[in-house]
Amino acid sequence: MRIRFTDASHLVVLVLAFAAGLLVFVALRYALVPAGFGSLGGHYRGPAVAEVAARPIAYAGQTSCLPCHDTEGKDRAGGKHKSVACEACHGALARHTEDPSAVKPALPVASKLCASCHEKDRAKPQWFPQVATEEHSGGADCKSCHMPHNPDPNRGAAQ
Amino acid sequence: MGHLAGVDGFMYPNEIELQWSILIVLYPFITGLVAGAFILASLERVFKVAVLKPTYRLSLLTALAFLLVAPLPLQLHLGHPERSLEMYLTPHRSSAMAMFGFVYLWYLMVVLLVEIWLDYRADIVQLAQTSRGPMRLLYRIMTLGSMNVGPASRSLDDRVGWLVTLIGIPSAFLLHGYVGFIFGSVKANAWWSTPLMPIVFVFSAMVSGIAAVVLVYYAYSWFQRRPIDMACVDAIARFLFYVFVVDFSLEMLDLVHRMYEADESFRTLDFMVKTRLFVPQIVLQITLGTVVPLLLLGATQVVRFREAVRRRLYMISCCLTLIGIFAMRWNVVIGGQLFSKSYLGYTTYKLEFATREGLVPAVALMVLPLIILAVLLKLLPPWRQQEPVDAVTQ
Amino acid sequence: MSMTRREMITRTGKFIILTAAAAEGLQQLTGSAQGQPLKYDAAKHWWAMTLDVEKCIGCGNCVRACAAENDVPRGYFRTWIERYHVIGNDIEHPTVESPDGGIHGFPPAAGDDGKWFFVPKLCNHCAHSPCVQVCPVGATFESPDGVVLVDEKYCLGCRYCVQACPYGCRYIHPKKKTVDKCTLCYHRITRGLTTACCEACPTGARKLADLKDPNDPVHEFLRNNVVQVLKPQMATGSKAYYAGLDGSVR
Repeated sequence: MRIRFTDASHLVVLVLAFAAGLLVFVALRYALVPAGFGSLGGHYRGPAVAEVAARPIAYAGQTSCLPCHDTEGKDRAGGKHKSVACEACHGALARHTEDPSAVKPALPVASKLCASCHEKDRAKPQWFPQVATEEHSGGADCKSCHMPHNPDPNRGAAQ
Repeated sequence: MGHLAGVDGFMYPNEIELQWSILIVLYPFITGLVAGAFILASLERVFKVAVLKPTYRLSLLTALAFLLVAPLPLQLHLGHPERSLEMYLTPHRSSAMAMFGFVYLWYLMVVLLVEIWLDYRADIVQLAQTSRGPMRLLYRIMTLGSMNVGPASRSLDDRVGWLVTLIGIPSAFLLHGYVGFIFGSVKANAWWSTPLMPIVFVFSAMVSGIAAVVLVYYAYSWFQRRPIDMACVDAIARFLFYVFVVDFSLEMLDLVHRMYEADESFRTLDFMVKTRLFVPQIVLQITLGTVVPLLLLGATQVVRFREAVRRRLYMISCCLTLIGIFAMRWNVVIGGQLFSKSYLGYTTYKLEFATREGLVPAVALMVLPLIILAVLLKLLPPWRQQEPVDAVTQ
Repeated sequence: MSMTRREMITRTGKFIILTAAAAEGLQQLTGSAQGQPLKYDAAKHWWAMTLDVEKCIGCGNCVRACAAENDVPRGYFRTWIERYHVIGNDIEHPTVESPDGGIHGFPPAAGDDGKWFFVPKLCNHCAHSPCVQVCPVGATFESPDGVVLVDEKYCLGCRYCVQACPYGCRYIHPKKKTVDKCTLCYHRITRGLTTACCEACPTGARKLADLKDPNDPVHEFLRNNVVQVLKPQMATGSKAYYAGLDGSVR
């Protein structure tokens, strides 16, 4: 059956409208997809990786501490805390390494800090050295017998 | 344990706050109404169930009104709605949510709008010629430049419209089945993860969409002071009953299967249904929302009630159905987030009142489609004197 | 060989553009600013983490360190510790606690019976990550060196990835309204440092691992220990390897 154009013209306009819409969409896509999308092979913005990697650092890492604090490092290396990083007790100190004289970290309060690891608790693994403070020292400050960097009590108390 | 407000047992620390709110409950509910209303319309168009004629255009306009509102709860929910175009610019092909954006666009533009336009074209042309003022311009634009409503062009419209409806049926299933897949494919969530999810969603969508059209038909007839065509409504109710039976069977199958297999997640889910979800699931979804309508509709199939009684029974059934299907969406979305992925605890959903994802916007978003529908019905009156021309087969 | 002027211009142009593109690409891999020499090659690394449950003492150092290093908002956790209490053979019903993620350690364990232990949790940086799979726009992804990251400039905040993660390691940042999670301290490991949590761990329960480095202790760890990942049935390709993980752990 022959279809006259005048009978179908509205359908032709419809199809053209869709085609125009599709073109607009394609153009929008080229304009709006952010630069670098897919540049590292996956379905994501390549530059995002560098953006995450550019965050500022708060913990300096012990390799930054040891060059200046050699004595403390050697002290520690001989005892049971040799695997405990400096900042595990002293907190995040990247700012101190950037400007040592301007940023001086506060000394941690020994009894609270020591107890957070060493207070006896049945949930802690058996191999881990832990004491019930009352029984152990009657509440005396840990530093009266133990030097934090090398906690061996035979080495004498903290100065 | 349980020190946090609303938490019983143990939850991973980041799980305590729910991620998807009532707005995400609204979304499958709304798209379900769209799919269901459209399937009803297509029964008339493709399967030539002539008795449904009075509701054909009503179904389409109802579907359109709800489809236009469907993206709004999502936009309100997003942390950055201004970035939502990214789903169309860089859709991640492995993500069901991304692909859904295109299904939605396809369904709106290629199926629903085209079908409505083709069916209404003769009326639009007439309205373009008879109306005044700004409306005249609007109708003229909608004619897309052609005032030709001769039998040949209308017969062409009818055939193209039939084809669009034919494509539209699987598209409607895809539209809502996809939403079911978005939940059903999340292996991390034991309440959601099931291959049955898209199917349950589709059938419950049909049930809710049909119920919505019946209520719209009642309301519109009342406003227009026109009598209800009982043959039409009886046919719809019969169809609703059959679909409901399938829907109920599917939901019971899911339940029985879970109870029987009793895997790791079962005890947690069972406890959750019996406590936190007792009212929404047992009372609202299953009893009031499914069993009671099924009994009422079943009764009308077996007993010959008077017309007035049947009308009321249908109305009650449809209202309860809508409540039940809303409850079902609630139970899926909210229920899926009330238990911990550790299977050791539960949290509570704090529905806020007037915040961005609170009760007030949710209610507003359910009222908005009705307002849009009223405007559409005014713009494109469904029951005009002019009768459409059926396709002339050569 | 002779070239027309047009050919010369085209070739030169292509050369310039491709070189610039490659340089840009390499710079992105180094994570360094303009002009700095290449120090980090993503292709040489495949990051993971090893966790020794028997060494964890539940001190909470890692949770505090992570929060300090990464500005983690209060009440949300990029890493956290869970304390398990299993009585007798009731492996299916452990009592688990994580008060504020363990950020201030744990209250004393009460009760005479059963066994107790701590389990540190974090993003598992899955090789077949379900969170990456469901992201609709590509705002979360696995970097070329195996770290699952979030592009906070691109994330919509739809929260689909939070739903898809079986381990509960993601959350929505309350200020940024985008998804946030453990980045394996990507900004540190690309500069030769270890993660903040590993730095702060006093017993060495947590250790950063580079599977592509033949000298990394991870290889010995995997050989000498009974190793598991969390929820292996989800087949996520989790790269957080636990030694001594009890069957009751969720």
